[in-house]
Amino acid sequence: MKATAPSPGATTYAQETSSDAALGRFLHGLPGVDQVGAEQRAAALGTRSIKTESKKKAIDLAIRMVDLTTLEGMDTPGKVRALAAKAMRPDPADPSCPPTAAICVYGDMVGVAREALGVSAGSTGRVHIAAVATAFPSGRAPMEVKLADTRDAVEAGADEIDMVIDRGAFLSGRYLEVFEEIVAVREACARPDGSTAHLKVILETGELQTYDNVRRASWLAMLAGGHFIKTSTGKVQPAATLPVTLVMLEAVRDFREATGQQIGVKPAGGIRSSKDAIKYLVTVNEVAGADWLDPDWFRFGASTLLNDLLMQRTKMQTGRYSGPDYFTLD
Amino acid sequence: MVSTGSTTGFEFEYSPAPEARSIVDIKPSYGLFVNGEFVDGHGRSFKTVSPSTEEVLAEIAEADEADVDAAVKAARRAYARVWSKMSGAERGKYLFRIARILQERAREFAVLESIDNGKPIKESRDVDVPLAAAHFFYYAGWADKLQYAGLGPAPQPLGVAGQVIPWNFPLLMLAWKIAPALACGNTVVLKPAETTPLTALLFAEVCQQADLPPGVVNIVTGAGDTGRAVVSHPDVDKVAFTGSTEVGKAIARAVAGSKKKVTLELGGKGANIVFDDAPVDQAVEGIVNGIFFNQGHVCCAGSRLLVQESVADDVLARLKRRMATLRVGDPLDKNTDVGAINSAEQLAKIRELSDIGEADGAGRWSVECALPSNGFWFAPTIFTGVTQAHRIAREEIFGPVLSVITFRTPKEAVEKANNTPYGLSAGVWSDKGSRILWMASQLRAGVVWSNTFNKFDPASPFGGYKESGYGREGGRHGLAAYLKDGVVA
Repeated sequence: MKATAPSPGATTYAQETSSDAALGRFLHGLPGVDQVGAEQRAAALGTRSIKTESKKKAIDLAIRMVDLTTLEGMDTPGKVRALAAKAMRPDPADPSCPPTAAICVYGDMVGVAREALGVSAGSTGRVHIAAVATAFPSGRAPMEVKLADTRDAVEAGADEIDMVIDRGAFLSGRYLEVFEEIVAVREACARPDGSTAHLKVILETGELQTYDNVRRASWLAMLAGGHFIKTSTGKVQPAATLPVTLVMLEAVRDFREATGQQIGVKPAGGIRSSKDAIKYLVTVNEVAGADWLDPDWFRFGASTLLNDLLMQRTKMQTGRYSGPDYFTLD
Repeated sequence: MVSTGSTTGFEFEYSPAPEARSIVDIKPSYGLFVNGEFVDGHGRSFKTVSPSTEEVLAEIAEADEADVDAAVKAARRAYARVWSKMSGAERGKYLFRIARILQERAREFAVLESIDNGKPIKESRDVDVPLAAAHFFYYAGWADKLQYAGLGPAPQPLGVAGQVIPWNFPLLMLAWKIAPALACGNTVVLKPAETTPLTALLFAEVCQQADLPPGVVNIVTGAGDTGRAVVSHPDVDKVAFTGSTEVGKAIARAVAGSKKKVTLELGGKGANIVFDDAPVDQAVEGIVNGIFFNQGHVCCAGSRLLVQESVADDVLARLKRRMATLRVGDPLDKNTDVGAINSAEQLAKIRELSDIGEADGAGRWSVECALPSNGFWFAPTIFTGVTQAHRIAREEIFGPVLSVITFRTPKEAVEKANNTPYGLSAGVWSDKGSRILWMASQLRAGVVWSNTFNKFDPASPFGGYKESGYGREGGRHGLAAYLKDGVVA
């Protein structure tokens, strides 16, 4: 499988991605990550105290960054319609509350989501549809199935594809295989009009285990042309953690320094409180920089997080906490 | 790119997040703490100011020779009548009680320390005060187990300890001095630094709260003269000092020929050594922590960055980018990373040495940051192109100023790291375990950190080689400094 339009990153690193051995050498030549140091840094960033005006702004930004997600076997059109309504107007009582960035669903729900969001594909300034593909969450299926899965979702109107990498291949050192798979999926994201659905590459960091692996997989996904690197499926524990996200933010920062190309980051799973979300935003701000503080470049894959953000938002406005019954459960 | 809303840049300004000051109650004036009570001093009183605002905080009594003599007499009495006769288990109870009170009043101590010293609240809250409590807990545990410390079957205390501590970690240095002394059965006369006496005086209240027998801990405030009176008092059996090498040498001369046992913890010019295979992002954190922690007012600061030439440009670029995110300002703001320089005098010294560095031809670079108009401030600064011959590579600056030196081979790194009159600390950054172990065996420094920096634990001995002093504090080794040598009962 050869990419017709390799990513700018891959062009810069053509040599490094030319063979399994060369790619392995490159990835293993990346500077190591000291576990203790990385976790200490993440913990230190977590002690930032975000108050008053800065907290208000951070909460609104976090809402705009949410990929409101439902990825269950029991998902139904009704559930997806409810999710879409929530994404468009998270707080029905307050029209000033911004919509979320996207809703994230299984591929077969893209049509329902599109209808519920009431827009045609490609129009801007609306809630996006992200679809998981490539035999999510395990990624264990023949290549043709994964590509068909992707094409179907794009055809149905998905704006963004959240693919999973083959962790088995990665952990056994078959890096080129993982690379080529991402390249192929990115190709499958192409639409007939020449545009392309955005590709988020899920590393499933809970299975990669070490921060060195997280850094290598991040580079691998960026070289192969992913638009976003994403921590987790949400189906494996641990899902997103602050240190893992820190290591990925360092990777996108370094990748932009090296290639000029900016890649987004999406922690997913396990971020449930506004306090946690703000810790992530602080980390984005101080590690990658303010350029990433935008829904185009940073997302939260979450479901329960949104209601906590809404509760905190209302509290900041009224000075009082309301009970969970004052926020919609969708 | 897909647009999902506003693409206007988001400026994430952190709103002020000040720690409430109301928890501390600073009195207009303070006396000396002698024999369990606050008494007037007979020297000329002096003022302690907040280095971040120059606001006068309180009037502090100065102990003259007679006051020091009274304190030593009180300590002697308490030693002879109560403390040396008490069982280790009973002494331990007092120390545990003090440790718990420190934890209970942690916020009060942290706020007061930040006000009086100028250090950021996140450091006083997360480092100074918890570590001070940890030292008391640690040595409380030793109090009834001294015979198992490998220092003889029945170790005996020395008597009265005269202790003089610096202004960089006022409460923590107090804990390093008082906890082992008391655990071993000694009583103490302690002099805090003249610019930072307030937490020591609050600690005196803790001693009262803990019902510590009168005279076991005495705190005399004052400057150099008071310190001299403490260490040269004839009835002091043990002298413990942390501070500058210059004063340390004077103390060593003053006690030479006496029966006094001495430990000195003095200056440093620590080398933080970064190899080309280092985990680079964490190494940058370690460099920042090594020199900008506590405004660089750290005797074991990593004030010399030795970086392998092949990665020097990359490391420096990353370091500068990281330094740009440091938040300099109000010590009581919970988001402040770098606080105020402790005194006008220290600020003048940092400025002088930095100007010398520039005049000597080293490349000076500072973070662009707005500094408050009142108080004593110095922006985090690095000097590149520094060689071993530069004064800023040899002299302790004791401020947020880093000298960057390059090396080519591990052997050269060792030579340069050891080529200093000091020998307190060093750091080694490498992914190669064998190299770290080899470096640690070659470096002549009391503490060698690998892939981390400025990590402290009460169980770990701390102390220097060469002009960084002698004796060890902390751990089992720290007990030896407060016990008689080789006494067999």
